[in-house]
Amino acid sequence: MRSVTINVNGQRKTVNVDPMTPVLWVLRVYLGLTGTKYGCGKAICGSCTIHLNGTPIRACVTPVSACIGGEITTIEGLSENCDHPVQKAWIEAQVPQCGYCQSGQIMSAVSLLRNNANPNREEIKSYMSGNLCRCAAYMRIIKAVEIAAKES
Amino acid sequence: MGNQGKFKGLSRRRFIGTIGGGVIFVVGAWKLAPDLFSDHQGTPVKTGSDFEGQNVSVWVQIHEDDWITIYNPSSEMGQGSMTALAVIIAEELDADWSKVTVVQSPAEPDIYGVGWGGRGRGSMITVGSRTVMSYYTNLRQAGAQARFVLLHTAAERLGVPVNELSTEPNKVIHKASGRAMRYGELAKLVKPMNTVPEIPQEQLKHPKDFRLIGKFGHRFDVPSKCDGSAQYALDVQVPNMVYAIIARSPVYGAKPRLTNASQIRNTPGVVDIVELNHGIGLITETIELAINTQPKLQIEWSKGNTADNFNSVKAFESYPEEADKPISNGDVINALKSGVKSYKSDYKNDFVYHAQQEPMNAIVSFSEDGKSAEAWVGTQAPGSNRSAIANVLGIDASKVNFHRTYVGGGFGRKATSDWVTEAAHLAKAIRKPVKLLWTREDDLKYGMFRPQSLQRMEASVDSSNNIIGWKHIIVGTGDRLMGTGSATPYYAIPNQHIEVRNIDHGVRTKHWRAVGHGPNKFAIESFIDEIATDLSMDPLDFRLNLMKEFPRAQKVLKTVAEMADWNTPSPAGMAKGIAFAERSGSLSACVCELAVDRSNGRIIVHKIWATLDAGIVVQPDNAIAQMEGGILMGMSSVLKERVTFVDGMVEQSNFDDYQILRADEIPDVLEVKIIDSEERPTGIGESGVPIIGGAIANAFATLTGKRLKHIPFTPDKVKSALA
Repeated sequence: MRSVTINVNGQRKTVNVDPMTPVLWVLRVYLGLTGTKYGCGKAICGSCTIHLNGTPIRACVTPVSACIGGEITTIEGLSENCDHPVQKAWIEAQVPQCGYCQSGQIMSAVSLLRNNANPNREEIKSYMSGNLCRCAAYMRIIKAVEIAAKES
Repeated sequence: MGNQGKFKGLSRRRFIGTIGGGVIFVVGAWKLAPDLFSDHQGTPVKTGSDFEGQNVSVWVQIHEDDWITIYNPSSEMGQGSMTALAVIIAEELDADWSKVTVVQSPAEPDIYGVGWGGRGRGSMITVGSRTVMSYYTNLRQAGAQARFVLLHTAAERLGVPVNELSTEPNKVIHKASGRAMRYGELAKLVKPMNTVPEIPQEQLKHPKDFRLIGKFGHRFDVPSKCDGSAQYALDVQVPNMVYAIIARSPVYGAKPRLTNASQIRNTPGVVDIVELNHGIGLITETIELAINTQPKLQIEWSKGNTADNFNSVKAFESYPEEADKPISNGDVINALKSGVKSYKSDYKNDFVYHAQQEPMNAIVSFSEDGKSAEAWVGTQAPGSNRSAIANVLGIDASKVNFHRTYVGGGFGRKATSDWVTEAAHLAKAIRKPVKLLWTREDDLKYGMFRPQSLQRMEASVDSSNNIIGWKHIIVGTGDRLMGTGSATPYYAIPNQHIEVRNIDHGVRTKHWRAVGHGPNKFAIESFIDEIATDLSMDPLDFRLNLMKEFPRAQKVLKTVAEMADWNTPSPAGMAKGIAFAERSGSLSACVCELAVDRSNGRIIVHKIWATLDAGIVVQPDNAIAQMEGGILMGMSSVLKERVTFVDGMVEQSNFDDYQILRADEIPDVLEVKIIDSEERPTGIGESGVPIIGGAIANAFATLTGKRLKHIPFTPDKVKSALA
């Protein structure tokens, strides 16, 4: 156990944990940011996707120590009122079903569009294939990314 | 229409007076204990947005600021029923949807449960695509009765006859005088009424006058699922909570003996170890410690379990012999012998895993005085969960304050009480709030699976190409789970024998979205195509002929054929396949167009068209979303998914070796059309699953001349079929 300070959604946060603790649990349990989900614990499903310095990472396998000094963005930090262009597109396309994977989906889509403002259908499918959706809302995930690309 | 008449006499609807700045309409609940809404002195119990007791039953609450709270009895696991049920009430209430809030009702089956088919009261369980169809009639009545009360209140206030009044969204209107009153204003004025009459059917809205039903678009829960604020059980934190993980038996039935208990107990942060029948519960101060310590538990497992030597691949070898055993139905035996042609074909399917994205988890807290409990669960079965907790703790179910959260995927897995029972045992031992987490590995290794089975299909055909005999024997493990969907109610086939022959392998099986319909419709629809192909008949025409007594089914199939341009050949290297199914009262059909990459054995589905007749559809866009998801989840099970057992143990452990469909494997086009209907609503959530297996198998057969008969159609099976 030791004191670890990380920057989350623009705020400095200090927690007392084993530095090897996955940042997923630090966010969810110690900081109450439960929008980031546990799905597989092995970086396979993408439900825990967050951004570290603007790059998507899998929080379930990233030790909190690897985040020290960086800027973490979670779904809660994406916008004040669920009005990020990707979130608006997600609502317009009525993407979520059970919704459990959607924070991760949205965080991946945001980083896709940051790197490629006008992705084609194949690029979207390929990029988004790292995020599993058991409800298989994939048709609408693709559609929402296309809407967001058009809007932003 | 519907079952409305059956409620007369059962229902004693009451209207309860002004409470805490709002009004509650207790309508549509068909059994109300006299003291349910007040204490013994007649003082109304506390209610409103902060209520969390078990003793309050309401459907609708109207607030003075015009906001309307509607209580949702169903479990929201992605199928959208929390919105659909509120829309049904809001429609007849003439509510302004922009002012509606939907909240979970208490887990109180006596009030919020519904019987199968909507008859009377019953269980509070969200399964079988039954929610909208079961509640539809009752909740229209609930909304209409709430409106009735508002109309009468306004009539008294305005001093006009009630029949001169009408409503617009959130307003009562008196046209003659040009006066209007907001629902929020009326909420202050409503006086207690002992009874509210049953609103006759003809006074309910005609479907052509619906403002919300069949038109309404956006789901209530969607925004909260786009900003991380939607709360699932795993997100709940309560004061003084500890964490738990269980190391469960690798072979079902095995009992544990922990051999390093003192070493584990001495680990800093370990709170307790609880021995259960089927595993060792590890309780810790932090979740990460529980996850890290679980693999360190050294456990010896008892032998002598039914599943000890179970090998699921090998087990298939014993199924044909079971299927060969004769039947005694003379008419069927004769019909199968007397045709001019006869057919026999075996189809198989492996076990599949629910793979709901939120693994099983629950929080249970047992009070220090041992008299009450509290629980937070994302579940399909709140009523039976509550009872299960009460049973473990030795208290009455009414003493369990049960909080329902959003469900991060259910698909049938969360309609049991197994994991909630575990959490109750742990809470009983520790007397602190315990959050039990199943890791993904736990969730898969100790899963409950859709049964593996063999479908033995036999049929005979007369000289006019009519099927005159039909035999379908299902062999596998899972008993009744294997039987659903084996009937063919829309195909006119005489002399049928359908039978499930169960072999108990001693492993856990469970309803999986659409239950037996997935495997059975795959087999039936493949077999129908096999017969049609042999008779040189078009598979669409052959089916339409079988359906000639059922124009509604024919329309579903004809419409999908039109959408897919069935008679136009596919581009080179592709072919189309068709399939039909009925599930939970709804009719659905599908055409898919696919190609095969012969180098790697991958099936590439390019286009899918589907139709659905589900009667009146409350939320059409959501129904389309359910079809899209059901079809793609079905496609995932047909192309990729399999659980296998060796020595009774599940071989797979996580999403790396149990792969499900990913975004880069979806079709280019997935078009769904809802057939217009004014018939009563039927189930939607599972209707996409059963139609895709047959459509893929049939398209593959048309394309290659080879038939895939064992799902999943993994690349190795495709390659060997084409070799």
